[in-house]
This record gives sequence, structure tokens and C-alpha cells, in this order.
Amino acid sequence: MELCYYPGCTLKTTATNFEKPAIASIETLGHKMIELPRWNCCGTVHSLATDDLMHHLAPVRTLIRVLETGKDKVVTLCAMCYNTLKQTNKIILEDAEKRDRINNFLDEEKDYNGNVTVLHLLEFLRDEIGFNEIKNKIKRPLKSLKLAPYYGCLLLRPEGIGIDDIEAPTIMEDFIKSLSGEAIESPFKIECCGSYHTVNNIEPVVERTKMIIDASINRGAEAIVVGCPLCFFNLDYRQKDVKTQYKEFNYIPIFYFTQLLAIALGLDEDICDFGKHFVDPRPLLTNKNLVFGEKKIE
Amino acid sequence: MKRIGVFVCHCGLNIAETVDVKKVTDVINKFPGVVHVVDYTYMCSDPGQEMIKNAIKDKKLDGVIIAACTPTLHETTFRNAIASAGLNPYQFENANIREQCSWVHKDKKVATEKAIEIIKSMIEKLKLNQSLTPIRIPITKKALVIGGGISGMQAALDMANSGFEVILVEKTSSIGGRMSQLSETFPTLDCASCILTPKTVEVGYHPNIRLLTYSEVDKVEGYLGNFKVRIKRKPAFVNWDKCTGCGLCSEKCPTKVPSEFERDMGDRKAIYIPFPQAVPKKPVIDSQHCIYFKTGKCRLCEKHCPTGAIDYEQHETFMEENVGVIIVATGYDLLSKENIGEYGYGKYKDVIDGLQFERLLSASGPTAGEIKRPSDGKIPKEIVFVQCVGSRDPEHGMPYCSKICCMYTAKHALLYKHAVHEGQAYVFYIDIRSGGKGYEEFVQRAIEDEKIAYLRGKVSRIFKDDREEGKLIVWGVDTLTGKKIEIAADMVVLAMAAIPNTGVKELAKKLKISTDAYGFINEAHPKLRPVETLTAGIFLTGCAQSPKDIPETVAQASGAAARAMTILSKPELEVNPIIAAVDEEICTGCGICVEACAYDARKLNEIKKIAEVNEALCVGCGACISACPSNASIHKNFTKEQILRMIEEVI
Repeated sequence: MELCYYPGCTLKTTATNFEKPAIASIETLGHKMIELPRWNCCGTVHSLATDDLMHHLAPVRTLIRVLETGKDKVVTLCAMCYNTLKQTNKIILEDAEKRDRINNFLDEEKDYNGNVTVLHLLEFLRDEIGFNEIKNKIKRPLKSLKLAPYYGCLLLRPEGIGIDDIEAPTIMEDFIKSLSGEAIESPFKIECCGSYHTVNNIEPVVERTKMIIDASINRGAEAIVVGCPLCFFNLDYRQKDVKTQYKEFNYIPIFYFTQLLAIALGLDEDICDFGKHFVDPRPLLTNKNLVFGEKKIE
Repeated sequence: MKRIGVFVCHCGLNIAETVDVKKVTDVINKFPGVVHVVDYTYMCSDPGQEMIKNAIKDKKLDGVIIAACTPTLHETTFRNAIASAGLNPYQFENANIREQCSWVHKDKKVATEKAIEIIKSMIEKLKLNQSLTPIRIPITKKALVIGGGISGMQAALDMANSGFEVILVEKTSSIGGRMSQLSETFPTLDCASCILTPKTVEVGYHPNIRLLTYSEVDKVEGYLGNFKVRIKRKPAFVNWDKCTGCGLCSEKCPTKVPSEFERDMGDRKAIYIPFPQAVPKKPVIDSQHCIYFKTGKCRLCEKHCPTGAIDYEQHETFMEENVGVIIVATGYDLLSKENIGEYGYGKYKDVIDGLQFERLLSASGPTAGEIKRPSDGKIPKEIVFVQCVGSRDPEHGMPYCSKICCMYTAKHALLYKHAVHEGQAYVFYIDIRSGGKGYEEFVQRAIEDEKIAYLRGKVSRIFKDDREEGKLIVWGVDTLTGKKIEIAADMVVLAMAAIPNTGVKELAKKLKISTDAYGFINEAHPKLRPVETLTAGIFLTGCAQSPKDIPETVAQASGAAARAMTILSKPELEVNPIIAAVDEEICTGCGICVEACAYDARKLNEIKKIAEVNEALCVGCGACISACPSNASIHKNFTKEQILRMIEEVI
């Protein structure tokens, strides 16, 4: 199947280590992620102000672009893009007055009526490919790798937008299990990572990162899995700042779920761009006999 | 032509301020057929009524119009007055010039004209009114009470003690309901079973009460005064006539399963009596778990039964009963913890609900009244109570207040402190709603004397601690200090939302009574008819209607019984005659009216080949009249001709 794929800005810059393994893995699984030929910013933070329609224009434009490719589904990787696209789509579907105002304003575009289904790649893996199918296709089971999923907020909230149960999601756990990894459950998996405070006030981010990581390590996790570039940044890069404040703090590698999928599918390690990580996951993978490089398996 | 008298009411200034009453009387006086017009400040007052009665006699009136307020208020008053003057009470029309005129207009001129139009149209209607007599239907002097909790028992006892026969149907094997599961009751801390058992025993032995436990209402037909009920009796697999209730069978039974009565805090056997004081004290076999039913072997209970009462061949039976009234007392349940994700979806053993805590507190409970937590039997030293779990929470679909939780949580915390002196109890609350005799004092006692920490805020999350084994971390907020609170608790008790009992929706359908958005049964009027349903002859009481505590439930049960007895005590029923009728000459027996009727009041007479009206069931809604293609359906005193003449007069 050919998937219409919307990357968003981060995936093309700091999060190539999220995108590259995704595209390669999906291809290995027999599908193709085709990037939207023309796309713009997703609008970043979804505006909750009822009279602020201007912020919904960017996502609507992108959704119109999707229809122009002849598809009615779009897959995202970035949790933020997923959230803004899907929330805006919901407004278009449910609020005729806002829909008409937006359509009137975008008078050079075709009218948009909310006909695009916005999917996160995790949903695609679960619902369209199926975790069982993935289980059958993996070449390198992540046996003995103890992974704590971390969802953050944008994949789950608000209700009706999220990809799984808002309070007790299991999609990442199920995904990890399909790769034969061990899922470590932490109650902090749906706590906020500190989000954009990381730009101008790192204090709360440092506290939250420490709290989330400590809770995962205390429960036996060897690495944390995320599906959002901002969570990744706060949990990975901010470990440096945690360490300066808390000498006893232990580093832990952070993975994008797509990196784990690529490894499990036996793809080349280079595709994962592990060089971009602050905490290098390669020693852990080597330790677990999971990276290939010179000693390629098969 | 009729000699019509028109009486115009001022209603103080309610009408007279906006309607020029003098002008109305002047105009109406000249209207054909009107022989007498008078106005008065309050027509509904005694002198007002006297004025009407005297005019009927003196002026030989044979039709009366009273232009006043809405008929829903004083129609009966005026009908009675007219009847006492010797005139047929249906030769009267109530013209509404208050709600439909003076109250909704400001311009006196317009309002006056409108009042005149309203009165004129009612005169036109009255001219064609027929003299009607109320319909009389016989009554079966027997009541059915559905549900054997404190509410149903109280209602049954009140009626039985007044000399009426009562059938009490209870779906479990014994009566007592939720109250039998409680330890002590607020605010007096009376032992619940001590005050309950005299009632269960009285019900069990009352000569006027037929107790049918382990039974359910299967089908309901008929109407007010004459219901026909089919009752399903579930097989107990024990011949209760032979059984002495010795309990040997349960003792010998090898299968243990979590007890519903103990709310999973303890076990029961596959053949069991739910609790020691059960009435009737007879066991049932749970065929889903019984080894004999599963594998065909065992029969230990049969072997040990001294009276040979075990009967594996028993099957479901049905019985039919005729009753005059039905009281619904189906009670409540607690929302399952599995619905609350933020508190772990019920996966933590030491996070329990209020009724489970009652069982831990109960002297006859699984821990003999010692507060031992379910996971490892340790006595909790730090305990957190969370109020409003699910209730007052639109996110979870229950925006209503469950009413009993503030009080029982205070009771729980207080009883905990009585049992574990060195322990610390925390209560998270949104507001404390302690309206009731001695209630606020009770809560203050818990807070001040027992040093229970009341924290005003909600709990956002409960999860297992990663540092200390067996601890639950409770995250909350104290909105009074604005501080985030974290408590490492040994046990958490959730005051779950009270919801209607399972099966109430289906039962409501069988009874043709309505439920609200949450499944609670609707009362006929929230203020003035709180113990009746909209279906005549069916009453309601207790938590089936809405969450409420024991005193309120008992009061409502007595209220429902009293209302039910206003029907049972009459020799026969009088029903409003302003209902549908059939013109037998015209009716073709097409049956469209049968389909149109929502009240089962229409039937085809197979012999005469015409439609008939069951006068006891007809409510006079008019659906059959508009559905009839041949104008054979008539609404008494609302004939098409009358309505057309009313319209003609107005336009």
C-alpha cells in the first residue's frame, strides 16, 4: 500500500533518526510512505481559543494537499503534527460554522469537508499492518531488552483524538511485545515532559525528565521508547542538565519506536542515526547483541 | 341553546393588571348563549366558589366558563364546585387567561382582546360539550413490590400492616439489599444488621407478605388496578420446603468462589447462603461453579443433606399474579472501579470501593471487622479516602452527586480511626455535603476529634510505588493551599458513584416506565409527585429513583406505600372520561388506531370487526383520533366540530 506521509518540520531536521528508520521499516513491511509533494507547517500547538481560526488554516491546507494526491488518509510520525492535524479535522467535521468561515477565507483552495483520516504511524502498525504480522516478520527479536514506553500528552489527549486509552494506554507496550521486547510499565508514562518550557525555562523540564527517567529505571527499564520529537529532546538532551544538577543521576538511552522497529526487522544500524542521540544507545544494543555493523547476523 | 354563565377571575392583580376585566365582562355579556357574566378577585376562593354555585341555581345555568388560571391548577376545584351545585362537571370549561394571556403580555389593550377571544372560543366549545360520567374500573387489592432492600421491605410492611396482600419479589436469594452489607450507619453508628434484621424477620413471617426471593419479574401486562404479572422463579437446586437451613451443604462443598455479598473481599461456596442472618435462610447452588454441574461428579452436598433437599433437576418456573399496584424498589450499585483509568482500572488490590470497605468493617465480614487490606492482610497505617469518584464528573458520564458518599466516607474514616488509633486517614473531597439531622456535627467530629485530614481537591492518579513495596502513591491537590499532595498510602478507598442496579433498564421497559439519562427511574413530577411514575399504578422508592441515604429511603418507601394504598383502599377506580371513543357506525376496523396507540388502549373486536377503546388504559392523548382515516375516532368533548368552531371563533 502506498501511504501518504506528512513529515512536518522536525522530522526533516533534528529528528531524521525518527523518520529514516520509519520509511525503511515500512518498506520492509511491504508498504511505501510517500511524502506529500507540497506541505507546510502543521500549525504546531493546536489553538484552543474558540475564535482563533487563523491557527487552523495551516493544517487545513495540508489536508487539502492530501486530497489532491487522491488519498483520503495521511500518516504522521510527529505526535504534535498528528495532534494538530487531527484536532483541526475534528473541528471541520463537527462545527459547520467554523468550517464555512475557514473555507471562505481559503478562497483559492477547494472547500475542505473533513474527509481525510489522520493516522499516527503507531496506529497504522496496529490497525492496518497488525502487531501479529510484525511479530512474524521480525528477524532480530529484542529479547531481554527492557523498554519503558513513554507516551507524553499529544498522542493521547484530548479524548477522541488520542490513539489509545487516555489514562492507561497499551499500544506502545503491545508494539514492544510484538518486537519480543519486555515492556516495563511506569505510571509516569503519560505525565507531561515539560514540553516547550525547554526553550526558555529548563527548570521544570529537568525536574520532570528526572522524575520520568528515575521512575523507569527504578522499575527496571534499560531504555525509554517515545513517539514524539519534543519528548525525545526533553528526555534525551536534557539528561545533560539533569546530570549537572543531580550527580547521582543515571543516564538512560531514549529510542524512537521506529528505531526499534528497524533494528528488529534486521535493517542496517546506520539508518537509525544514533549519532544524533545525547545518550548513545549503541553500547546497550551491543551489550544485548542487537547491533550489527561488522558482525552482521545471517 | 345552553344557558351559559361566565365567571372572570382577577387573580388579584395577576390578571386584572393586564386584562381589563370590566371590558371583558361587557363584551362577553352580549355573546349569544351567555346569560350571566360576573367578575371577582379570586374565583378559586370560598366566596368565589359560592358565587358560581349560587348562579348555577339562581340563573338555571347549564354551562359554566371560568376564565382564570391554567386548568392544571384549579380545574378539579371548579369541577367539584359545579358538581355540588347539581350540574354535570363536564359542562364546564376553564379558559386560561393568566398563563396564556396576562402573564405573557404587557399591552393591556392587546391582552384584553386576547382574553375575550380565548373566552369566546371556550364558549363555542362548551356549547357542544356532553355530560360525562367518570369511568369506573375494578381494582385487584394486592400489591407487587419489586426489590427486597430496605426500601422495598418498608413499602411492603406498610401495606401489609394496613391489611393489604403484598407480593415481594427479590432477585437474589435473600432480602435486606445493600443495607445488609453495611457495617454501621451514619450518623449514629447503629449496627446496620441490628436495625435491619427485625425488618427482614418481620417481612419473612408476615401473614400478608408473600416473599418470592431468587425471582424476577418477567412480564407485565394490564393497567392501573389490574396488572397481570409473570414472575420467573430461578432454580435454587434446593427444595426449600425440605431445607432447614442447617448449612451443612455449604460446609461440605469443596468449591470456593469470590462472594458477591462480600464484594469479593471474601469467599463463598458453590452452594451457599449469602450471609448468616439471611431471610429466607435457604441455600442456592451456583450452577456455573458447582463441580457437579460442570463435570457430572461430586454430589457432596446431596450426600450430606440430612433432609434430602438437594434437587439437581430443578428448573426455572413461572407464575402469574394479578396485582392492583406495583412499587419499584430496585436500589443501586456502585460504579465499577474498572471504569476509572487514573486510579488503575481496578487492577490494584488495595484500591477498594466503599461497599468493600463496609465488608472489611463488618463484624460478620470476611475479616471479622478487622481492617486488613486485601493484598497481604496487613493493617493499613496510611489510608486515603477519595470522594466523588465518577460522580460530579461529566468526563466519566455522571455529572450528578451520589449524595451518600460524603457521609459514609466520614463514617469510614472515623471507624478506621476507632480501629487503628495510630493510623492516619486522609479524605480528598470536592465539597462536603452533609445536609441532614446530625450529619454536619458528625463530619465535624470526624475532622476535629479524630484528626482526619480533610484535603479539598481531587486525586489525579494512583499507582504502585517503585521505592517501597506494597505502597500506593496517591497524587492529589489541596486547592486551599494550592499545593500538590503526594501520599504513600497502604490502602485507598474510593467513594464510587452510585448507579442504578443492573437490569433496571430492562425492567423499566417491561413496566413501560421511563428512566433518566443515567438509568434512574423517573418520577412523575420532581416536586409534587415524587413517589409515582408516569404510568398510573406504578410507584417508585429508594435509590431506584436517585441516590439517597437510609432515612430518606425509608420515608420515601412509606410515602410510596401510602400513595399506592390510596388506590388499593378504593372500592373501584374513577378514571377521567375525557378520552377516546369509537363511532361504531363509521369504523371499518382497519386497525390503524391500534398501531397509533402508545398505551395499548386500542384493540380490534374480531366479532364486531371494529376498533374498541380500553377506557382504563386510554389517557386521552389523541393519537388515534388524528390517525383515524374515517373520522370514526372521537375525542369526547374534544370533537373535531368543537375544535373547528373554536378556531372559527378566534379567527
